[in-house]
Amino acid sequence: MIQKAKQGDMRITLEVWRQAGPGAPGAFETHEITANEHMSFLEMLDVLNQELVESGREPFAFDHDCREGICGSCSLTIDGQPHGPRERTTACQLHMRTYRNGDRIKIEPWRANAFPIVKDLITDRSAFDKIQQAGGYVSVNTGAAPDAHAIPVAKEKADLAFEAAACIGCGACVAACPNASAMLFTSAKVSQLTLLPQGEPERERRVLAMVDAMDDAGFGNCSNHYECEAACPKGISVENIARMNREYARATLIER
Amino acid sequence: MTIADSPTQSAKLDSKVPGGPMEDRWTNYKFDLKLVNPANRRKFDVIIVGTGLAGGSAAATLAEMGYNVKAFCIHDSPRRAHSIAAQGGINAAKNYKGDGDSVHRLFYDTVKGGDYRSRESNVHRLAEVSVDIIDQCVAQGVPFAREYGGLLDNRSFGGAQVSRTFYARGQTGQQLLLGAYGAMNRQIHAGKIEMHTRQEMVDLVVVNGVARGIITRNLKTGEYERHSAHTVLMCTGGYGNAFYLSTNAKNSNVTAAWRAHKRGAYFANPCYTQIHPTCIPRSGDYQSKLTLMSESLRNDGRVWVPLTKGDTRKATEIPEAERDYYLERKYPSFGNLVPRDVASRNAKTVCDEGRGVGPTGEAVYLDFADAIKRDGRSTIEARYGNLFEMYERITGDNPYEMPMRIYPAVHYTMGGLWVDYNLESTIPGLFVLGEANFSDHGANRLGASALMQGLADGYFVIPATIASHLAGRKLEEVTKDHPAFKEAEASARKRADDLMAIKGTRSVESMHRELGNLVWNYCGMERTAEGLKEGKRKIADLRSQFWTDVRVIGDQNTINQDLEKAGRVADFMEFAEVMMHDALVRDESCGGHFRAEHQTEEGEAKRDDEHFSHVTAWEFNGPDAVPTEHREQLTFEEVKLTTRSYK
Ligand SMILES: Cc1cc2nc3c(=O)[nH]c(=O)nc-3n(C[C@H](O)[C@H](O)[C@H](O)COP(=O)(O)OP(=O)(O)OC[C@H]3O[C@@H](n4cnc5c(N)ncnc54)[C@H](O)[C@@H]3O)c2cc1C
Ligand code: FES
Repeated sequence: MIQKAKQGDMRITLEVWRQAGPGAPGAFETHEITANEHMSFLEMLDVLNQELVESGREPFAFDHDCREGICGSCSLTIDGQPHGPRERTTACQLHMRTYRNGDRIKIEPWRANAFPIVKDLITDRSAFDKIQQAGGYVSVNTGAAPDAHAIPVAKEKADLAFEAAACIGCGACVAACPNASAMLFTSAKVSQLTLLPQGEPERERRVLAMVDAMDDAGFGNCSNHYECEAACPKGISVENIARMNREYARATLIER
Repeated sequence: MTIADSPTQSAKLDSKVPGGPMEDRWTNYKFDLKLVNPANRRKFDVIIVGTGLAGGSAAATLAEMGYNVKAFCIHDSPRRAHSIAAQGGINAAKNYKGDGDSVHRLFYDTVKGGDYRSRESNVHRLAEVSVDIIDQCVAQGVPFAREYGGLLDNRSFGGAQVSRTFYARGQTGQQLLLGAYGAMNRQIHAGKIEMHTRQEMVDLVVVNGVARGIITRNLKTGEYERHSAHTVLMCTGGYGNAFYLSTNAKNSNVTAAWRAHKRGAYFANPCYTQIHPTCIPRSGDYQSKLTLMSESLRNDGRVWVPLTKGDTRKATEIPEAERDYYLERKYPSFGNLVPRDVASRNAKTVCDEGRGVGPTGEAVYLDFADAIKRDGRSTIEARYGNLFEMYERITGDNPYEMPMRIYPAVHYTMGGLWVDYNLESTIPGLFVLGEANFSDHGANRLGASALMQGLADGYFVIPATIASHLAGRKLEEVTKDHPAFKEAEASARKRADDLMAIKGTRSVESMHRELGNLVWNYCGMERTAEGLKEGKRKIADLRSQFWTDVRVIGDQNTINQDLEKAGRVADFMEFAEVMMHDALVRDESCGGHFRAEHQTEEGEAKRDDEHFSHVTAWEFNGPDAVPTEHREQLTFEEVKLTTRSYK
């Protein structure tokens, strides 16, 4: 395809992981494309995919949806870093102005035992749902709630709870962790509900159940590397892990 | 007035709206509904397609009540539904601010905001249950913003003069959806919800006139599955992606709704689409979606363009006297907080006058300098920090120092499958919730009202009204071997086979883009009869080109995103024609539907209540045939129809 060079255009060499299905062998494939500095990273992949389709070859499968950093679908390891080089930025919010003409970029899926590869760049992250199902909620039936102002919540606590609740469930923390641990993810939910009075009645049960589910799902242990916090696009703090550890110890004393 | 264009009530569209005083209707109606005995609920299987706010809240609540729920979504987890992206907030008539809000005021604002094209009784019910939604969400642990005293904070939104919007920083949709997701998870854990992720509904199964199941394609394996139930709830979201570029998530689609439409569910008011005034302008042809900047920004940001055409100075170098704060000038009482349709159209007008800014001239400024001066940077950061960050990431500009550049973009679709007061479509047993139905917003939705509606439908309305079907009708046993299942599965398979067999030259993506351009140009912010006729013709041509020249790559028995997309774009192509047809037939302006032929001298939308005070619902007659028009006459008992004024 002959196209006039536009301002901000750049030639990029991509190495992209290709894998036909779960358990199939995978390998990197090399492609050259013209991107533009205003493109998002995923728009650059769109360009590649469209070129592949038009030349009769299979496009790369990758998860994405909101393209604004909130749904947690996109899950690319870019040059070894989950979501790429920019701090607190999902792959879909990364823009090509981060790169220069002639750059080489390596793109692969999350690598973690608990997240098996489904195809190309897509992994199965349902283990995260299992952790949440074990106890990531307040057991209140619809219609049974008291007036929202019945229980005031200190602003500082509400803000901290919000910051923990801002997790988008993308799995970058697991992908970044040398042990593929899900501590940051699990502790974010535990923290949110521990900090709020609404979570109090199930405090012990929740943390025990969620930690058990996390272990059952095959995630590794936390050995305090804190790569998770650095990779988290939402800046979820490792203080949540410390809080969960305290909660877990406390609950073990009370319940077991 | 000729007989042909006089509004008539179609017999097929019985709204089932109860009588009596407006404020008692919902209460009395619920009392009169038959109940399903708790012990019998476990005998009923309920299919819920879509687990965003509407579907997630319905699934959790119905499971709590004892029904057997089978829920489906195209995502890998219910937590990723498009609802997650809602930023600004959710309305409720709590009157926590003591600023004179009430159920009646929220009801009134919503009917007026919708430009008098919604059903009063539905809107009143929505306003009533709004307060229960907030209670429910707080009890679930949704971390709404609070004041120092520990009570909930509120902000104002467009189209209202009271503060009734509850929010969780700029991530309200996320927090509400995670609340509903948690409630669902509890029921999944309890075995009351069977959750099927990465499954796409590709057809509805209708047995003896009643919706009794769905056909899905497992997006991981490509297998087709049959699922039967006593009722089907569709909560599959809106159709904004018919425009290709919109603020909707990329996977949002019309497919489930369209396939139900083809099986007999009427499609109501498809031409009512909302163009949101504050989005980041497009930057190039490769643009894959547009990003919304929450409308809450208009609380503190001031919208302006240079007074004179072709002023290319930097925003900060243009002196106060040479700026036109056109919303404040034209609408002194609502100022920057006019409803979305008004704000969007005005942005288009000033850009058409040549006063637009930025490299494309298709943008206006949204300026926070005054707010930062008044409240301090840290206050503004606390309110909008994440939005400013998002803006900076995408554009490379810092909004604390330079005004944002914004332009309208497609955002929400008020039209949807027609439903009665029970939320039941024209196919008995098929209920439609959330953005997928047409019910409550008339011709224009007010900000922070979609989250409210989705959760109202799921948490509070359907749990009551579903009994009208389950307890009110005799439902025979139906198994998955029924010929209707076989036929539906075969037709779904054939559609996929047909798409794969075309082996043309054009990518699905490029054809979707082309479709989007047509819809935007002919059926966007401004519509004309001539344009709509031409648009319809062009879409028909594009559709036939699609079916001869599209190229779908890969296998069917694995993840094949190209095939998924092809199916959805094929449906958008058929749908877009009906949308334009609807826009053509609605020969008036109202809310987001602006027909250039019908405007006041000041350029505001001019309604024609005498001829168009009705819902238009379309019946499918085949992809190449003109659909049959049905009308539901709207009557207004509480709210007096006036020309909307925000001056
Ligand atoms: C950027 C943005 C910001 C917004 N901000 C606000 C706001 O501040 N306040 C407000 O009130 N509203 C806001 N809205 C509108 C609001 O978010 C939506 O209208 C609302 O969330 C829709 O919810 P829903 O449950 O109806 O559909 P969705 O959340 O779209 O859910 C659809 C579900 O259906 C599933 N699905 C779709 N098709 C199929 C199929 N064929 N088979 C199986 N499953 C399928 C999907 O997987 C998903 O689970 C915003 C919208 C956008 C785009
Ligand atoms: S696509 Fe939603 S977070 Fe990236």
